[in-house]
Amino acid sequence: MSAAEITAAPTGRGGRMARAQIVNAALALGLIGFGVGAWAMGETFLVTLATKVAILAIAGAGLNLVLGFGGLVSFGHAAYFGLGGYTAGILAHHALNYTPMFEWPVLFEGTTSMPVIWLVAMAVGALAAAVIGALSLRTTGVYFIMITLAFGQMIFYFAISWPAYGGEDGLPIYVRNGFPGLNTLDPIQFFGLVVALLLAVLGLIAMLARSRFGLALQAARQNRQRLMAVGIRPGGVLLVAFVISGAITALAGALYADLNRFVSPSMLSWHLSGELLVFLILGGTGRLFAPLAGAGLYIALEHLLGGVSDHWQFFFGLLLLGVVLFARGGVIGFLAGGRKHG
Amino acid sequence: MADPILDIRGLSKSFGALKATDDVSLDLRPGEIHALIGPNGAGKSTLIKQISGEIAPDAGEIRLDGRSLSGVDAAGRARLGMARSFQVSSVAAEFTVLQNVVLAAQGASGATFRFFRPVMRDSALLDPARDCIAQAGLTGRENVPAAELAHGERRKLEIAMALALRPRLFLLDEPMAGMGTEGARALGDLLDGLRHRAPILLVEHDMDAVFRLSDRVSVLVYGRVVATGTPDEIRADPEVQRVYLGEEA
Repeated sequence: MSAAEITAAPTGRGGRMARAQIVNAALALGLIGFGVGAWAMGETFLVTLATKVAILAIAGAGLNLVLGFGGLVSFGHAAYFGLGGYTAGILAHHALNYTPMFEWPVLFEGTTSMPVIWLVAMAVGALAAAVIGALSLRTTGVYFIMITLAFGQMIFYFAISWPAYGGEDGLPIYVRNGFPGLNTLDPIQFFGLVVALLLAVLGLIAMLARSRFGLALQAARQNRQRLMAVGIRPGGVLLVAFVISGAITALAGALYADLNRFVSPSMLSWHLSGELLVFLILGGTGRLFAPLAGAGLYIALEHLLGGVSDHWQFFFGLLLLGVVLFARGGVIGFLAGGRKHG
Repeated sequence: MADPILDIRGLSKSFGALKATDDVSLDLRPGEIHALIGPNGAGKSTLIKQISGEIAPDAGEIRLDGRSLSGVDAAGRARLGMARSFQVSSVAAEFTVLQNVVLAAQGASGATFRFFRPVMRDSALLDPARDCIAQAGLTGRENVPAAELAHGERRKLEIAMALALRPRLFLLDEPMAGMGTEGARALGDLLDGLRHRAPILLVEHDMDAVFRLSDRVSVLVYGRVVATGTPDEIRADPEVQRVYLGEEA
């Protein structure tokens, strides 16, 4: 359960840390191996499935920063995922239909350039998280869960009732957006791009977790009173984490829109917020690679069990119950060994 | 006489009809241990929380080094050098001893929003943290998670964290609570030496420790200070004997 492994002193716990690192490396190599292997065998669908896992892992990594490290149970992260998706969809929509997005103060016709879309999506996600976070962080516990859910639902219904960008029907992206030097319509190239972003995001979170900011963030999860008593206000630390988290999840949303070449309000639905939480619980909340382990397991089970029974979520529910009751460190805690406490 | 470091004037706080703090004035001078005693429900914890900034008084003023603390929250007061320990030990349980004290040193430094360099390799924080751990007598326990510490060790950890705040004063809420005779005596010796680093406002139920360590004692009853004086004066005070010490005998 513990995120303290990230900041643990370099000495003293070498064995256990090394084991966690082996599990992490195996997860990363497993994803890359699966994608490349599927491509080598000509299984395009499986490459796309691996790409989906990587994208959902990025979204989960955003949530993990606030939930796993900061202890904030956000039940509204679909908001940032969907906003990222709509950012990609809307920018591409204008560019592809030759309808300027706005003409003042400068003419802006939208864009199909992924790097630009990513930056705009992250800015939108960060801004939304700043507003929602500033209001939600006044509450704690179950009230925080409910208020983040409420904000997520507000944005969901806004998207449904706004006809300019498809409303309930969603918004198609006819041609996948471009990245300089790559053919993003080639599944393996898009997969490579997404995996590179996933590793960059995980590297960023590892760096944050080890920093002064990360120490204060993890202290905020454990004991806000103590954090105040050493002269650090938890509110500011948690808000900054929330903003970074929103930006990361919005980036994943933009990638997801490009993967499906389609954006719809379902990206904003509370089901997705719940799925992101499930990824972390399955993978091991607060573990750096939990979102990858959780998303991978979830998509694999959806695919395998879904082929056996339409009611696969029933069996999935049993598994989740088992994890919560008997393996609270999740998959990674089970494989790498948990800490006795916490 | 030296100017007081902490100066409290006319502090009052009511919860409904209950006057938890009733026109309290007291001060804390350099180099002293000033004990605050009183029966259960006398309002000691409420007073400590007003000093630390966790709750706001209805009236009165608290000054630290001559500066009014009204409008300064608990985090701000900690940064001004008010080092607090809690009645029930309050540390980050999943962190190691070293991480807890580094956190306190980081708080004192005022620079938390740094995102790049690993904090546990930052010698600007590690060196003072190790120093404070040594002064609190926890050397060799740096990498033990706080949750695995014995009760007395956790008390020492709180002292180490208080030291890392570069304190102007210590605000210690029942540091001896739950400790055996031996542990209480060892902690008393530690506090005895600390008063020269910064004065201590000590809330304590252990009367042996109070009378052994204190330079001055204030007695709080129903939210009011009924007596302040040296340990000998307090022992001899008939009013104190009646309302407080008498109860224990």
